[in-house]
Parts: sequence; C-alpha cells; structure tokens
Amino acid sequence: MSNTKKADPAAAAELFILRDQVHEPMHDRFLWATMQRRDAQAAAIPEWEELRELASKIKEHTLTHLDHYLEEFEANATKRGAHIHWAIDAAEHNTIVHSILESHGVKELIKSKSMLQEECQMTPFLQNRGIKVIESDLGERIQQLDGQPPSHIVFPSIHKTRRDVAQLFARKIGTDPNNDDPHFLTEVMRNNARPRFLAAGAGMTGGNFAIAETGTFMVCTNEGNADIGASVPPLHIASIGIEKLVPRVEDMGVFLRLLARSAEGEPLTQYSSHFTGPRKGGELHIVLVDNGRSRRLGMPDFWHSLKCIRCGACMNTCPVYRRSGGLAYGATYSGPIGVILDPTFDEFKYSELPFHSTLCGSCTDVCPVKIDISDQIFKWRRVMAKKGYLPLVKRLAFAAAGRAFGHPEEFRLMEEAGGPALGYAPDFLLYNHSLNPWGRDRQLPQPAKKTFREWYLANRSEHGND
Amino acid sequence: METTSSREVILKGIRYSNLFLIKQEAEAPQIPVFQRADTPLKPEFEVHLQKAGGVAHDVSSVAEVETKLAVLHPEAMVICSAVPEIAGTRKVTEVHDPHELADVDVGIVRAQFGVAESGAVWLTQEDLVVDALGFLSQHLIVLLDPNEIVSDMHAAYLRVRLDETAFGCFMMGPSATADVEATLVHGAQGARSLNIFFLPPM
Repeated sequence: MSNTKKADPAAAAELFILRDQVHEPMHDRFLWATMQRRDAQAAAIPEWEELRELASKIKEHTLTHLDHYLEEFEANATKRGAHIHWAIDAAEHNTIVHSILESHGVKELIKSKSMLQEECQMTPFLQNRGIKVIESDLGERIQQLDGQPPSHIVFPSIHKTRRDVAQLFARKIGTDPNNDDPHFLTEVMRNNARPRFLAAGAGMTGGNFAIAETGTFMVCTNEGNADIGASVPPLHIASIGIEKLVPRVEDMGVFLRLLARSAEGEPLTQYSSHFTGPRKGGELHIVLVDNGRSRRLGMPDFWHSLKCIRCGACMNTCPVYRRSGGLAYGATYSGPIGVILDPTFDEFKYSELPFHSTLCGSCTDVCPVKIDISDQIFKWRRVMAKKGYLPLVKRLAFAAAGRAFGHPEEFRLMEEAGGPALGYAPDFLLYNHSLNPWGRDRQLPQPAKKTFREWYLANRSEHGND
Repeated sequence: METTSSREVILKGIRYSNLFLIKQEAEAPQIPVFQRADTPLKPEFEVHLQKAGGVAHDVSSVAEVETKLAVLHPEAMVICSAVPEIAGTRKVTEVHDPHELADVDVGIVRAQFGVAESGAVWLTQEDLVVDALGFLSQHLIVLLDPNEIVSDMHAAYLRVRLDETAFGCFMMGPSATADVEATLVHGAQGARSLNIFFLPPM
C-alpha cells in the first residue's frame, strides 16, 4: 500500500476521455441516468430527508459507542454459533482467512463482491498460496478476468462497453466475440459460475451492515450470488469492517429504505439477506476488520466518512467521476468518497485525489447518511498543502492567489490587467500538459468585458463609494 | 492465528479515538412512525413486484396453482417443494445436502409476508428448509397470503425475528444484473423468474 508512486488522476482520466468517442460519454450517460432514478425515488418518499437525518444520527451514535456495539455483536453472534475473528490490518485479515481455508482443506473459493476484501488485496494473497478465488458477481468477474480492480463500488465494470465484455469473454472463455448481447453474456457467466459454486469448498461474502442486538450481518445483492455462495458450500467466511455496525434490528428499516434507492434508484436490491449464526449444517466465520478505521475515528475532521454505507450515489452525481471513470483514481475507493477515504490509507500516494473535484457539493447533497464529503475534500486539500505534498506548480499558483486575495488593491489590479490578458494568452500556456494538467480537455470561459467591480460601480452608483 | 490481543488493540484504539470526538448522540435516535395513506396494500405490492421483474397471480385453490404451474413451466423435470399444499417431484424435507438441489427447475416456497413499498417477500431458513432452494432453483414459485402484506420496511422489521432464524431474506423479484452496459437482465445467478400466487395457507 505504501509504495511511493503518487496516483495521478488527471493523467489517468485523460486516457479514459481521449480513448475514443464511446467510453466516456456512455459512462457519463449511464451514471447520470442512475442518478435521475435515485432522484425520482427520493422525491417519492415524503420522509426522505428525515430518513437521511436518522441514518446519520444512528451512525454517529454507533461510531461514538463503537467498542460497546462491537462487543455486543460479538457476544450475540458467538451465542448463535458464529466464529468471530479480529483483524488489526489487511495482512492479519488475509492471514486469518487463509488459515481458516487451510484448516478446512479448501482449494477453491467462490466469493461475492466485497470492497473490504479489495482493500485488503485478499485475492492475490490467497492465490499466491495456491487457493483459487473466483468472483461471482458478474461485474466483478468481468473485472477479474480483465485483471482490473472494480471501477465503481456498485457497478464494477460500468466503464466497459458490451463489445469490451464480448471480446474479453471470447479471449478468456472462448465465446463468440461478435455476440455482445447482454442477455447472452449474462447467460454465459451464469453457466460458467454454476459448477464453481457447486465445487467450491467455501463461500466468502462481505457485509453491508452488522446488527449488534442480534449478532446478525446483512448482505445486499441483485444477482443472488452471495446467497448461493453462503448456502451451498459448507463454509461461509464474511469480512466486515468495524464501522458497519448498527445497534438495533429496527435501524435496518431506515438504512434499507435509503441504500438501494440511493445506489441504483430501486426500492431494494433483489436480495437483502440476513445471516445470524451458521446455516443448518454449515460453519460461519466472521472477520471484523479495522485496517485504519479506529485511527480514522479519532480524526475530528474526517471521522464522519466512517458513516458511509457504500451506495455510490456520490460517484454517480459527481461531474468529475462521471467523466474520469473510476480507474483514474488509482485506488480501491474512487469518486468523492474515495477522495476522502483513500488518503487515510496513504496520504502521499493519494495526495492528488482531493484536487480531482470541483467542490460543487453535489456529493454532500445526495449522501444518504449526510457525510460532509465536499467539506472533507476541501480539508484534505489543506492537509496536502500543509504537508508539502503539492507539486511545485500548484504551490506557486496557490501562493500567488493567497497573496492577491489577501490584498484587495493588488487583486483589483490583477483583475483589471488579467481579464484582457486571458483573452490573448496563448493556449499553450493555459493548457500546457505538464504545467497544468487540469487544463487538459477543458476550456476556460470567455473573460467578461468588465470586472464585477467595474460593473457594480457603474450600475449601483448609489453605493458607489465602496 | 490471531490472538485476543488483536481484539484488545482494536477496542483500545476505538476508545482512544472516541476521546477526540464530541459525543453527539448519547442514545440511538427513536425512529418515528411515519404516517401512511390508508390505501390497500395488495395493489401497491403488485405494482412494485412487477417493476422488480416478478409476476403476481390471484388464485382460489391449490388445484389452480398446479394448473398455472404446469402452464408456466411446462418443461420442468424437477419441482422441489417446501410447502405442504404441493407435492412437486421432490420434497425439500428429504434433501440433506444443498448440492442435491443443483438440478431443481422449479422451487416452491411460502413467504411469511410481503412488503408493499418494494414488492419483496420475507423468506427464512424455516420457510426454505434448505436455504439453497431459494437460490439454486432455476425458477421460483412463492405462495403468499394476501392479508400478510405490510406497508414498508419499518413495519417489515417489526415482524422479522432475527433472533429465531439463522437466515432470512427480503427477496424482491428474480435475480437481476445490469453489469453489462447497464442493461437489465434477469436470471444472473439466482432464480430466472419469480411468480407469486396469492393463496392463504390451508
């Protein structure tokens, strides 16, 4: 995680945008359509804003009493026959999972989507130790076959066209490269996955929520793949971040009404499954994972990010994410939520991410648990500046801007001189790739003929003395 | 293997971090009762079920269910039933290992209740007998008492008893995916179709 190469979202986004005339517009269109479905669902529920407030309060309460609720969850889940493990970090998580699999002689594992297992880089860890790991969610499986991480936390392969998928399946599974019908491609994967579900020695899932009151954890999917993985192999292992706790069963009414509506504009996912202890004849292990979360909890500016329920609404609404594609962030979590989560894992590596934003604030407006995402992005910029992680060109520009905004007379001079100058400034200076990567693929608006101050003095002369 | 020390390290870390936070909520907030219009729930349930890709049928007898079942799934070889009303070709109570359900064409189960705001039904391990019946079956038939429909998820969670079942699922229509170009396809991994028959238990 701590290799020193900085993620460069601007350069990576450029590759996505310039690739062709198909991928980026399609990506933008799909996610915006999802956002519009979300808006319609939210508008149809009179108590929507009240639900957001409740969800936020429940999470704040839980996080400020997290030790208590984790112990309650552990006690109740243990009473129901689940085995509870605690992992301080990704390495310990992976070691625990591996030792459970090894002690059961498991050679092949079928898993559903888990951002936490992505975060822990679990799959390469297990495969290096001779355990075959198969993703069962269609989008995740597409990404696995292509050797890419998921580009979106809900729609892992949303950046790919049907043609991309058809050609990938042709290469990896031997299907017809010219048949790109989504029904055909889905059927291909269904038939490919079935025997693996039946042969797997263990099924792995994540957990969307963990309920302290009953020791239950919940998994939401549309495909039912997590349910097959949990109900067919004899062994079920679930990886759950410690921030996923909620106190009571009744809290789930609030969260499930928000989650799928925010994520995909549907009232629920097709399957909302509750696991309380092992199924009849099965064995259940739950790995509770910290991996930096308890430390983040002590960051007054950033602990609210732990309220996240991973719906992805902030990504779908984000004008920067929709145009960049999720892979551009070079991190496990992309989009606005990624911008505020990733630096808690590695500040230097992800120091550019907070600048991959327009600070428009739409993410904050749609977040179902009211995380102040855009404010946190701004605060992360300050952290990056203070720690000296900014590249020279940004440091110089911000220093000049800081001087000008701090001295009104100087600002006025610059404004009057700068407006016309912008009109004549050659593009190679404004849009120079190495000097200003943010100028790539963007045009500045035409500068106004008058400054605001000139207009104000001319039109509001009764207050003209300033 | 991990030791109790990881547990202690994590809990201590949480307690230490909590010192930096202002305790905003001493108690978990009360969840109010949201007022609902007094409209019948069955039509709302049916509308949402249809949007989720499921189909509802009004029937008046078990015989009618069997007739419709034959029309819906004429080529079904293995019909595995978890309900006393319909025998099928295999009783799930005789299944010992979930792998035995790999060849099931149609699974038949009874849901405890439905949820109007989504069209979902609540199925537990006791209803499925073997959990995998709900997910390995190529198609599902769900019996539901039309009087057992609640308005929303708040009401639904008042009815579920997670302390009494190892597995419970709100199932909203058949399996679905939109992972290829955001195109909706049913039958991704779980059931390809889900038909609900409104029929009170005998």
